[in-house]
Parts: sequence; C-alpha cells; structure tokens
Amino acid sequence: MKSIPVSTTINGDACEFLCAPDETLLDALRNRLGLTGAKEGCGTGDCGACSVTLNGRLVCSCLVLGVEAEGAEITTIEGMADGDELHPLQRHFIDHAALQCGVCTPGILVAAKALLEKNPEPSDEEVRYWLAGNLCRCTGYDKIIRAVQAAAAEMRGA
Amino acid sequence: MRYLAATTAREAAEALAAEAGVTRVLAGGTDVLVQMKAGLVEPDLVVDIKKIPGIATITPEAGGFRIGAAVANAVLGEHEGVRALWPGVVEGANLIGSTQVQGRCTMAGNLCNASPAGDAAPGLVAANAVARIAGPEGERDCPVADIPAGPGKTTLKKGEVITSILLPARPARASDAYLRFIPRTEMDIAVASAAVSLELDADGTVKAARVVLGAVAPTVVVAEDAGRTLVGTKLDEATLAKMAKACEAVCKPIDDKRGTVAFRTKTAGTLAKRAALIAYARAGGAK
Repeated sequence: MKSIPVSTTINGDACEFLCAPDETLLDALRNRLGLTGAKEGCGTGDCGACSVTLNGRLVCSCLVLGVEAEGAEITTIEGMADGDELHPLQRHFIDHAALQCGVCTPGILVAAKALLEKNPEPSDEEVRYWLAGNLCRCTGYDKIIRAVQAAAAEMRGA
Repeated sequence: MRYLAATTAREAAEALAAEAGVTRVLAGGTDVLVQMKAGLVEPDLVVDIKKIPGIATITPEAGGFRIGAAVANAVLGEHEGVRALWPGVVEGANLIGSTQVQGRCTMAGNLCNASPAGDAAPGLVAANAVARIAGPEGERDCPVADIPAGPGKTTLKKGEVITSILLPARPARASDAYLRFIPRTEMDIAVASAAVSLELDADGTVKAARVVLGAVAPTVVVAEDAGRTLVGTKLDEATLAKMAKACEAVCKPIDDKRGTVAFRTKTAGTLAKRAALIAYARAGGAK
C-alpha cells in the first residue's frame, strides 16, 4: 500500500507524517508521531480511550483515518498541560483519585475538557451522559464525576 | 486499499462506478471503520466525501432544511432551526452512539448502513424526507423510505452516493417524536423503536399522521394503518390502543439476544403510543 503524506496541526503545532491509506489516526499518532497518550482500548469506538478533538469535535481517533487529518486541527492529551503546569482537570483527577490503572484517563480528560468548553456548569447527569462513551473498569465513575465537577468549579472561579 | 478525497460529487460517483473491487463511501466512518477493523469488509477503494463543497452544511430550502450528507449528528443537534421544525428527526439522530460518535456520525450514513435498528431512519421516513443522490449518470431524488432494502443493503446502485437529505417544510401545528427501547440508558442499539409525525387542525384534531417502526422488520416499516387510525381524532385512549394494535400487525421482528418477537412487537406499539402523545403535545395539541 502506498503511503500518503499528511499535513496537519496537532496541539497547535504544524505537523507532517506519512501513513497508509487504511491506517487509523490513533495508530498514526501513536506509532508515527510518538503521541502515545491516546490509548487503544476496543478499537471500535466503544470505549473512548483514544479520544481526541478533530476540528474542535470530540471523536474516537480509532474511527478516523490518518489521511483524514489532512488540513485538520487536532488536539490530544499531550496538549492539555501548559508545560509543567497541569490543567485543572488533570490536577483534580489526581486529587480525587479519579484513576487507577490510567488507561481510560487521557480519553476521559480530553472528553471532559470538551464538555466544560461547551458547558462550564454541567449537572452530574450531564457529565455522566457526556462521558457515557468513555469506559473505566476501575473507578466506578463516581470519583471521575466528582473530579470533573471540582475542576469545573475551579475553572468557573467558584 | 486506495483512499480518494473527492472534491465534487461527480468525481466521487465516477470513482465509485469505475472501481471493479469493493468500495465504501466515507463520511463519519463510524460504521465503515468498525467494519474494516472487524474484517467484515476490505475495501479496495474508500471515497471520502467530506471535501465536497457544501456537503457538511445545513441549508434552509423551501421552508425546510437540506442536510448535507457529511453533517455530523452533533452539528445537527446544535441547529436551532432543524430542532424546532423536526425535533423527532433530531432526537433520533442524537441517540446514536456516544458523544465521540456523534461528533462524526451522519444521518445519511445511518441510512446507508441500513441496520433495521438505525435510530435516524424511522424519523426520516416519518418526515417524508428525500435523499439527493449523485450517480455516474447525474443526480436524482429518492424518498428515504426507499433507500434501505434489508439488513446492510440499500437500493443505491453502483457509483451512487447520497449527497444530502431534504427535510421538507411543514405547516404550523405539526411536530414529530422518536422513542426507542434499550435495556440501559445510553450507548445501545434499539430493541424496538417508533417515530410519529403529526399535523393538527386548529382545534387539535389530527389531520395527517405517519407512524414508522424500527428494529421490528428487515427495514424500517411504515405502519400505514396505524397512521390512518390517528387521523380525525385527538388521540383518545381507544384510538391509541387501536393504533398500537395496527403497529403490532406490521411487525415482523426476529428473536435475538436483545429481544424476543413477542417483546419487540408489543414494545413497538407501546412506543408508538408514547411517541404519538409527545408529537401531539409538541404540535400544540391540548388533551
């Protein structure tokens, strides 16, 4: 299969890579660009561990072809912290012990950030529905919801 | 596999028509990529339609809205105008998958995937929506009801691709609703579903009704008799019971791990009753 050159923007930086036409964006991020924050859980869009944003929309990168990134703007978990300064969501996930094994965490953080950009003051129910496509097999979700709400409160300046 | 990002509908249609092997159209990819991953399909050519100008836009047309084939359902759900005119269509489309899937999946894709349980299809059929199809020989319009041919099969011919779906204009005092049954609260596939679209007279009497059922036959089913039952009524209990029976009469479901024939049949009628009442209230009908 012929490799295709792709020019894209990832976390604000211009970026070029070569990928096979049937290669997923997730595989391109992980295997070609060294951005291993997005994880492959199911590979079929059910678990959300590979969540990134594509042109501002939350998507599963396992359900996007690498070649579709041409001309697009992508953000990944690697772009979330500001240097050594963690994003409030990242800090509150640690403070609330909202993770155990950590495989789902990058996807949940990316998804939660997308939620709070759209809705800075969600109800618990809204958080749960928004994150329904992010599976966690460790925490039982309660701590995740509490961490998202604590981060949301901080980000609102409450 | 070759990948082509077509820049016109004609280019897409001609490339699909010229390819001798297996082809797939790529819009949101939430079905195609899953099928590729599972090894259910190994396309020789994938044609991405998202670079076609206008294909990801919602345009007012003749009092209704033309929804581009690459409009993600999340985008559709944020469109006040479409939500106000066809709330049942939008709520069906927005039930598909997770937030992540909503960011990519499309109504045209749901139609072309042709699952009998697709959540976008019943609302579109109830709305008498019309698909615009580009093909090697030009463009044609086709009622969405005529697109699904059976599980995973459509009536689209080789080289044809849906480019948009027209949700028509509707009079004042008209609305629609969609309900599905799943054993959990989200992220599941309909065991049975119902879409109801109603037009009311000034006094709240039903003037026109269309009842469409999902997941109870190889394709979505228009329950013609059920719709007729509602006309001339204000959805009293006896009418609704009769309508539910008419729904049950057109169900030809399968038994599987998600539901039995008996359960699916009864549930479809019950959902149609509830959806009719929601559509009635939305259309301004007072009980």
